[in-house]
Amino acid sequence: MNKIKKMVGKDLDLSILVGLALLVLVTVAGAFGGSMYSGRNIQSMAFQIPEFGFLALAMMLSNMVGGIDLSIIANANTVAIFTAYVLNGTWAFGTEGIARVILALIVAAVTSLIFGAFNGLIIAKTSAPSLIATLGTMTLIQGIGMALTGGSSIGDIDPLFAEFGKSVVLGLPLIFWLFLLVSLILGLILSLTGFGRKLYLYGGNPVAARFSAVNNEKMSILVFMATGFLAGMAGLIILSRVNSAKVGYGDSYLLQTMIVCVIGGISPNGGKGKVQGVVIAIIMMQVMSSAFTIMSLSPYTKKLIWGIMLVLVLGLNHVIAAYSQKRTLKQSMKNLQSAQ
Amino acid sequence: MEPILCARNISKSFIGVRALNNIDITINAGEIHCLAGENGCGKSTLVKCISGVYTPDHGEVEISGEKYKNLTPIEAMNKGIQVIYQDLSLFQHMTVAENIAISKLKFEGNKTINWKKIKSIAKEQLNKIGVKMNLDETVGEISMANRQMVAICRALAQDAKILFMDEPTTALTKTEVDHLMKIMLELKKKGLAIVFISHKLDEVFTVADTITIFRNGDKIGDFNSKDLDEKSLSYHMTGREIEYPRYHRTCKDNSPILEIDHLTRKGQYEDISMTIRPGDIIGLTGLLGSGRTELAMSLFGLNPTQSGSIRINGKETSIASPMAAKKQGIALLPEDRFNQGLFIERKIKENISSALIDTICKKGLIRKAEEDTIAQKYVNELKVRTPSIETVVGTLSGGNQQKVVIGKWTATAPKVFIMDTPTVGIDIGSKSEIYEQIHKFADGGMAIIFISDEIQEIMANCNRVIVLANGKCIREFDENELGQDGADKIITDLIGSQSAEEVTP
Repeated sequence: MNKIKKMVGKDLDLSILVGLALLVLVTVAGAFGGSMYSGRNIQSMAFQIPEFGFLALAMMLSNMVGGIDLSIIANANTVAIFTAYVLNGTWAFGTEGIARVILALIVAAVTSLIFGAFNGLIIAKTSAPSLIATLGTMTLIQGIGMALTGGSSIGDIDPLFAEFGKSVVLGLPLIFWLFLLVSLILGLILSLTGFGRKLYLYGGNPVAARFSAVNNEKMSILVFMATGFLAGMAGLIILSRVNSAKVGYGDSYLLQTMIVCVIGGISPNGGKGKVQGVVIAIIMMQVMSSAFTIMSLSPYTKKLIWGIMLVLVLGLNHVIAAYSQKRTLKQSMKNLQSAQ
Repeated sequence: MEPILCARNISKSFIGVRALNNIDITINAGEIHCLAGENGCGKSTLVKCISGVYTPDHGEVEISGEKYKNLTPIEAMNKGIQVIYQDLSLFQHMTVAENIAISKLKFEGNKTINWKKIKSIAKEQLNKIGVKMNLDETVGEISMANRQMVAICRALAQDAKILFMDEPTTALTKTEVDHLMKIMLELKKKGLAIVFISHKLDEVFTVADTITIFRNGDKIGDFNSKDLDEKSLSYHMTGREIEYPRYHRTCKDNSPILEIDHLTRKGQYEDISMTIRPGDIIGLTGLLGSGRTELAMSLFGLNPTQSGSIRINGKETSIASPMAAKKQGIALLPEDRFNQGLFIERKIKENISSALIDTICKKGLIRKAEEDTIAQKYVNELKVRTPSIETVVGTLSGGNQQKVVIGKWTATAPKVFIMDTPTVGIDIGSKSEIYEQIHKFADGGMAIIFISDEIQEIMANCNRVIVLANGKCIREFDENELGQDGADKIITDLIGSQSAEEVTP
């Protein structure tokens, strides 16, 4: 019991989130039982999680440095369009089969990194708030996609690539495993590397970071490049699942990624939060979403519930913040006493 | 004299400090009451508790017979409590008349603006204190002293019974201070209670009837100002006779580490030259705005210079960023510990390693064991009082927080350590421990630039002193000159005379 208490005390936010997630899982199990946790439903949820998941991870990174990246969806779609052009032969440069898929992946990686770096450069060099900077690049990147496609969807892609979005390994979709793997790597980068540490410091207090000889400009560019890369991966997954790419797919995800980040314990002011939290929040959201579908709620009701959830979480965060403030005060008084 | 305000058992704690500890205070009408104490002793917190800005953790405030546990600022104002904060809180772009009348009109619930009334209110209040001013000038254009008058008039317009003034004289010249004192005595005669906060002892003795002394959140006592003199007052404020051991340079190496030559950035500092050897502690002093912090920022790569040269170990360099400064062995302890020095929500060890992340990384991964060793080493060396290196830095007291920032930069083994007001808001115990450390660094061959406006600490810690005013070096003292009796007096006078000249038209 003591051990649990200690663990809860160590990371209050995450513990509450885990508790909440368990509550949702159990409630849903009680209400729908078999139909919810049938192999088929679990698999179908696991197919839906990754495209949204990658976008949420991207949003998480930009939030962790106290910013926001509004261009992630535009980035994902435009990367998907570029890749689709390679995969359907328009830009294949004579490659075939597996060589063409590899070329497509390279194109996707490079374009997404360029989009991200562009965001980072604008924010680092002009000190524009990321909200404004990425609003601009969102429109710009969307415009690139629009100019290329004229708004129609680009399909007819190499079946080899389409297979990737549908294959199942050990009972779960390949793309779900990929999502877990990337989350794990991202989590390790944040907690173990110098880059991760600088990201937390820079996000928590950019002024003090500057006074500690942390290269803030470089950090900003690197973080937005990583954000862009994750968004590009989301684009690839969308392409492989839908077999086509088009401007404007999944626009409604943008606000949902922010909700997931807040629920997952990411502070929009930066410097706080963990990948685990966001992953749990993503899975929880998907389970609830699935439950709503089984209950055959209308999309409007769903929206209403998401809205209520967000407001509740904000309220809960406020209560937690007040509580932990009190705890810190108590701890601080203890420190003072032990110091005397 | 009748008491108009009684505060009983007021306690208030913040993270890292017990700001007030069971304070009782009584304020009488027609009396000038001074709250004295060092920075961070709780004077300002008490004023905020009494005026409803903070809700105290314990205790109650009684104003003209009515008791309040959760006083709000509006209730306090209605009861005649007016506070003039250090920044005066005036509307820069509005006229003198508007600034004086606005709160009164607001409180009377007027929905429309009556310009005639505004002017008549302003005139009436200015007459009360016998000051003439152009009512139509915007507050942004008038002098600091006149702004002070506007703030006083605004308070009087709302029928103030008690007027709190937080360090009203810091930005004023000698003549202006005298004028303000005269007005205060005048208001006192009219039955107003004035509570003023200051740490300038001569002012305190000129006007105060009663002096309440605070130290580390405790009230030391109420004294009649006739019963105290400067020496006993500063003894009560600090809790001991201040005699810090004096620093003498022992380092044998006389080759300069850092030479700056005619360094200039227009509008901030001009034509600054100095040569620093290992083991030198150079005091850099002057009023706020004299260019001392700007110069420090330039040496740390945060404020580009316009002309002049910097040589390190005889080699000419430019310091374009903090990264470059760190590489050259320059460290800066910033002025604002809370915002610039610390990651307040992070652990002690993460703060100490924050300037060293690349050094403790191997192939991009942080070597946690090494991080712990370094953190533990500097926590021990600098005597940071903490349960462990895992403790969040924001929960420590100010002095211990400052030691963490010092530790962070010491860990990078700098050759030149610039310390911008290193002991502001720090308790006496930590202060002398920090001085001790600084002496130890200098004995080990580090060169230190010590920025401060406390003459006592400059005298105790520096073997050379440069006095700045308006961005220019007005006097340099070498070891011999500093050693002579009365050097501290000369420096104080130099700074004082400069502040008087500055504003005379």
